[in-house]
Amino acid sequence: MVPVSEYVRVERGTKASRIFAVLATLGVVALIALPWWGTAGWMRLIAECAYYVALAQLWNLLAGYAGLVSVGQQAFVGLGGYALFYLTEQMNMNVYVAVLLAGPFAGLMAIPVSFAVFRLRGAYFAIGTWVVSEAFSLFASLILVLGAGSGLSLTVPILEQVSPDRDTRNALLYLMTLAVSLFVVGVVYLLLRSRHGLALTAIRDSEPASASLGVNTFRTKFIIFVATAACTGLVGALIFLQKLRISPEAAFSVNDWTVVVIFMVVIGGIGTIEGPFIGMLIYIVLRELLANYGTYYLILLGVIAIVIMLKAPSGIWGWVIQRYNVQLFPVGRRLVPAPFKDSSKRSEKE
Amino acid sequence: MQYLNILIQGSLLGGIYALFAIGLSLSFGIMRLVNIAHGDFIVLSGYVAMVVIQATGVDPFTSLVVVVPVMFGLGYALQRGMLNQTLSGGLLPPLLVTFGISIIIQNGLLQGFGAYDHRLQEGPIETASLHLPGGIDVGVYPLLVFAVAVLCIASLQFLFYGTRLGRAFRAVSDDPYTAELMGLDNRKLYALALGIAMVFTAIAGVLFGIRTIFDPAAGPIRLILAFEAVIIGGLGSMWGTLIGGMVLGIAQSVGAALDPTWQILAGHLAFLTLLILRPEGLFPRTRD
Repeated sequence: MVPVSEYVRVERGTKASRIFAVLATLGVVALIALPWWGTAGWMRLIAECAYYVALAQLWNLLAGYAGLVSVGQQAFVGLGGYALFYLTEQMNMNVYVAVLLAGPFAGLMAIPVSFAVFRLRGAYFAIGTWVVSEAFSLFASLILVLGAGSGLSLTVPILEQVSPDRDTRNALLYLMTLAVSLFVVGVVYLLLRSRHGLALTAIRDSEPASASLGVNTFRTKFIIFVATAACTGLVGALIFLQKLRISPEAAFSVNDWTVVVIFMVVIGGIGTIEGPFIGMLIYIVLRELLANYGTYYLILLGVIAIVIMLKAPSGIWGWVIQRYNVQLFPVGRRLVPAPFKDSSKRSEKE
Repeated sequence: MQYLNILIQGSLLGGIYALFAIGLSLSFGIMRLVNIAHGDFIVLSGYVAMVVIQATGVDPFTSLVVVVPVMFGLGYALQRGMLNQTLSGGLLPPLLVTFGISIIIQNGLLQGFGAYDHRLQEGPIETASLHLPGGIDVGVYPLLVFAVAVLCIASLQFLFYGTRLGRAFRAVSDDPYTAELMGLDNRKLYALALGIAMVFTAIAGVLFGIRTIFDPAAGPIRLILAFEAVIIGGLGSMWGTLIGGMVLGIAQSVGAALDPTWQILAGHLAFLTLLILRPEGLFPRTRD
């Protein structure tokens, strides 16, 4: 509640956001305690939800705010995964250290990538990032120390570094994924609340207008591109730490790590923090319900995404905002009139 | 002589990439639509041809009599019924709608035909070759594909610069609002444009289906190759696209000559290098 003038002040949290904060905290506590009350199957599913939420938030930050519609984020998932396998299996590095290094490595690789793809605009940027990812995938399939086309497996000694006991290990892997997901959501939330978030929101709404008001759009985009690549790499390392096997096809899969993520964000509501959560839930529910019918859930997902794009391009959460004007993650700023007595005092004086 | 051979084989390979790229270039040039499903439409054409061949027993070339109108109709209907609605709302809607179409085609083909490889059989012409002096063998079929690509581009050039329809296309491409004021029906022209783009997509799909196996997941790589040819050549320039395809083909042939597994990667690396050195392409025409 920052006072701007005598008449108005800036409000950030709302009643809905405060109630949500309490509920969300309770939910997170329940999820952290899951290893003590849930089954291994639940932990696997929720870990998957957690990394998909993280990937969706990151893609949303790129496309929904910075206007960088990338179809190549699987490049950084794969780089993070391969970094983990290479550092542990070939360089004998501790698995925890390797997970932490995977993110910065992916971020570092994003810098030269940006030199090429930042020369393309709009939809051409999208396909350009895809080409880069294909190049990484082909490269990985040619490198012998990376297992070439058939890939690598994590060996038992590495897994025992996580924990020698299988149940403890599963619980730890689950908690690590949850922690990373919370970290990513937290970073995105705090970033959007900060003045950089204001710059990003301005770029989202109109790039030329924000540039004319002094936002350095190129630098902002570059930083967002590299930072999301680093976070995506970290998520990628955790994904493949759970899968225990990596191959070029799985690591750099456009469908698994980008297409379904894009659909989640679009269906849930692009340019909002709440949207990716909703989209992820819809994806997981559809997939589990239609698990016995092959890939029909993907067809259905595609149909839903098309309908949303044509009929309600701001997605489910965008519709909710329009209709009910709620915001669960208070990243916005609203002007509210100052309390009544202040203005009445003033009018008395006059 | 070995270098000359690589150059010739690469250029001929580029013919098919140029053929891939024509449809993509056309829909971008006229309505600024980047069609993510383009590669999947190429593959879909192959499947349509396969069904026609199985039903009637004709050869792939003859099947074009059916495949071309079918794909034209599909393109016209898609643009009229769906994609026209996306063109005014910025970058994301057309991108994501065509992304959705791409996933639907891929998984629809997977459910309908399974994950198997298919190939179209044209007979002896596939393996026939010409012996040139100096020990260079040139396949008759790649030569034919290259000739078709040149013919397609020449006919498009004529359409664009020699007919009333072409003038209308250029008008809506330059300035859709003024074109509409002058009495052009933009929505119908866009639908015709995607229909025409699909004619070339159908030709590319059938010709490539004779040459190489295809499966439901083969679309994205074709989209990427088409995209690389368009960008290398320069946006909006049809002959540039042919050169772009040839550059890509030559880069792949050089890569393959060094090590066969490097073929596709060499093409990507050449593309990325050119992108850094000459981002506007070799023969730029359109500004986006």
